[in-house]
Amino acid sequence: MMKVVNHKIPSVDGLGVMKGRHAFTDDFSDKHSLFIKVLRSPHAYARIVSIDCEAAKQLPGVEMVITHNDVPRIPFTRAGQGYPEPSPHDKFVLDEYVRYVGDEVLAVAADSPETCDKALELIQVQYQVLTPILNFEEAVDNEIILHPEPEIHEMFPIGFEPKRNIAASYEMHVGDIENVLKKSDVVIEETFFTQAQAHAMMEPHTVNARIDYQERLILYSATQTPYHVRRIISQGLGIPLSKIRVIKPRVGGGFGGKQAIHGEMLVSLVTYKTGKPSKMIYTRKEVFESSYTRHPMRMDVRLGATKDGILEAIDFKVLSDTGAYGEHALTVFMVVGSKVLPLYNKVKSVRFYGDVVYTNHTPAGAFRGYGAIQGNFGLESAIDMLCEKLGMDPIEFRQKNMMKETETSPIFAIMGEGTEGTAMDMDTCKLEECVETGARLIDWYKKYPRIDMGDKVKSVGMAIAMQGSGIPFIDMGSATIKLNDDGFYNLLIGATDIGQGSDTVLAQIAAEELMTTIDKMIVYSSDTDLTPFDVGAYASSTTYVSGNAVWKAAKQMKAALIKEAARILKTTEEQIEFDGVTFQNEKEESISLVDLSNQITYSEDQKQLSVTSSYVGHKSPPPFMAGFIEIDIDKETGEIDIVDYVSVVDCGTTINPKLAEGQVNGAIVQGLGMAIFEDVKYSQTGKLISNSFLNYKIPTRLDINKLTTVFVDSYEESGPFGAKSVGEIGIDTPPAAFANAVYNALGIRIKELPITPEKILLALKEKETN
Amino acid sequence: MLVNVIVNQETKTFVCEPGDYLLDTLRAYNYLSVRRGCDNTSCGVCTVLLNGKPVPSCSVLTASVEGKSIITVEGIQAEAEKLGRHFGDEGADQCGYCNPSLALTVYAMKNDLFQPTEAEVREYLVGNLCRCTGYIQQERAIMKYLGDE
Repeated sequence: MMKVVNHKIPSVDGLGVMKGRHAFTDDFSDKHSLFIKVLRSPHAYARIVSIDCEAAKQLPGVEMVITHNDVPRIPFTRAGQGYPEPSPHDKFVLDEYVRYVGDEVLAVAADSPETCDKALELIQVQYQVLTPILNFEEAVDNEIILHPEPEIHEMFPIGFEPKRNIAASYEMHVGDIENVLKKSDVVIEETFFTQAQAHAMMEPHTVNARIDYQERLILYSATQTPYHVRRIISQGLGIPLSKIRVIKPRVGGGFGGKQAIHGEMLVSLVTYKTGKPSKMIYTRKEVFESSYTRHPMRMDVRLGATKDGILEAIDFKVLSDTGAYGEHALTVFMVVGSKVLPLYNKVKSVRFYGDVVYTNHTPAGAFRGYGAIQGNFGLESAIDMLCEKLGMDPIEFRQKNMMKETETSPIFAIMGEGTEGTAMDMDTCKLEECVETGARLIDWYKKYPRIDMGDKVKSVGMAIAMQGSGIPFIDMGSATIKLNDDGFYNLLIGATDIGQGSDTVLAQIAAEELMTTIDKMIVYSSDTDLTPFDVGAYASSTTYVSGNAVWKAAKQMKAALIKEAARILKTTEEQIEFDGVTFQNEKEESISLVDLSNQITYSEDQKQLSVTSSYVGHKSPPPFMAGFIEIDIDKETGEIDIVDYVSVVDCGTTINPKLAEGQVNGAIVQGLGMAIFEDVKYSQTGKLISNSFLNYKIPTRLDINKLTTVFVDSYEESGPFGAKSVGEIGIDTPPAAFANAVYNALGIRIKELPITPEKILLALKEKETN
Repeated sequence: MLVNVIVNQETKTFVCEPGDYLLDTLRAYNYLSVRRGCDNTSCGVCTVLLNGKPVPSCSVLTASVEGKSIITVEGIQAEAEKLGRHFGDEGADQCGYCNPSLALTVYAMKNDLFQPTEAEVREYLVGNLCRCTGYIQQERAIMKYLGDE
């Protein structure tokens, strides 16, 4: 019986954060920091002809103006991935070309934000305005080339063809797709579009720097990937890695947006050149306009099935818009296939292919779901359309065709993240139970497809989803556990808590193994000088990969403790019994952990007990879920009420059931935002319109009535105490479940997100006139 | 210019420029629980209590608060701790960047509304955005906190 794991333990840091303790990046900035502000491009595509910054440089308080002439011309990627990155090196710290409205033209460092603003006003930039590409369907082989620069390159083959505006491309197939489709009794062919979505984490991108007394560059950064940040700064600016320390304090939300580097290059440059502390805080407008969005996509989907409802073929062609730079271009694209299509693993043939293209939009990057939400919308909408054509209940169809426990899919071996994949069987897959439980909780058979209530119609819709748990053979996590006098421990981890609660969850894993309580497991993350390496918070890796590292370290610490106890109690290690508090030998002689720790610290055979373990996954066991939505739609206005969202999740053991629920709930609501109203919109000239919370609506309290989130019993043998991941899976189902519910309510199929009341009304009108 | 205020029941004199916003002044004086989420009153993260009412400090000029009372979460530690314990029990903590501002708004609501329903609570707190939690667990915690008294 577990005492810490699978218990609803409050977050280790919740109280202090609630009480306003200094915790976040800007809380640690030097009071005398130089402020850095960036002059951002007013044009979607332009070449900088000349920059006159003499007047600005003369302005009192201005420390320096940095233009593209002042920075090393080393192409890199800001993606914040492992090395070598699967993203093209297509970005310079500053460049002669600007490629979207909001791209960096130059930067000013000055004694106050006001001086920065005054200086920026004094700077004259002459642009040669170029014609942009704003429609991603027109990018490939367009006569306009967005990345003509010769220095840019891929690190290994990712299908990078900048002369064709292609950042990455990919193709895979199993079986002869055309032949299988030709022989299928029922075929559907549909096109779906997903929009860009903004991360909208509450803490804007924030970073500050100073030089310490050992003449090293010290950064505090609101980042998901401190080790990658350190490496990328070193490579991009030519500063030796040993001269850089990156500290990740508490982070105010990330969702993938803080996987990449943002202001880190500029503060490092300014502080390294001037020796003075500097800081950069993105304005909310900059967060929207000049960081990242989710990749918008077009998906051309063909499905083929037998007339009795056996899915035989899935053909998925995808066009993805990576915007001005190719961060995560290939990998997000591949996840559309690799973490969606295996859901239906019994097909005779599956094909997945397409391109990721450059446009003059805000770059796209990592965002919770990472392609799976896009693919899920396409596939799970199409599955319902196929069911309609077959005259089959969508639940019955899924139960018949979907992945089951012990099964596999050939896709796992073929598709990884930018590389080949890893074959694996589903040792845990409780999808059937998820679907059954969800149908019961939403009362499917009473409400499907609709209940006409007069002015309003009630309906239900559903979708199934899977994700992964880290990137096998690539993602590494590690943990150090140190014993202190008085018998408590430090858990030092490179894993980055960004609000998801990983500090708590990882401390629970260590405390469980060492049979202690959470208050005796003091957790610290993360600092490139002090904590062991971890790739960071992405790819749903922390609980599974970092968690396994912590578990290994805790086992190692336990062995080290028992060895000491055996020495002290003059017996062999096998004879020692340890209950977390006391060690006892076969003669029932005992010593407490407190006494042992004090003895080895101060009095006899002194030593520091400290262990470090690392873990790299050999597979990426997917969490699964079924999502069910109940909605009421006003027939007159198209207004939507979300009555309930039922999530039934198989994430293995929930290390902390309440925090796991929080991960699912938060992700469901982000997914609902994308399904119903969130929309990154540009003007005809490529200027971002949705650049504040006033015109980019994220869900508020009034949009969410009820979330019903439950976990099925599941134990993943390869995970720490049976756990898989839970960070991303929640975001995948809402768009398709909602689209399916709208169809079930009104008989209209909307294939372009977001599905707003306006679109519903327009489609209704169209349906009436036909 | 000099602005005399009462912050968390302590008399203070802020030295600031006429155009300075209260958020920046408070941070400059080390009230670091007051944080920036946006710059146009649309997210609620920078909320402080001004004469007992929640206001977004990103859009209040410091010059305009002469003689007024300002409460930050540093001034309601006991209440923040009570609310925080319910957050802990419900798993409502995620990044917590906005939690001090939410604690202040909930505290003000407790004085403004008598035994509010869940719907009234949502309405009152609608300006406090959260991108992490999906709100439901926060609301469970807040209802329990309100039920304590």
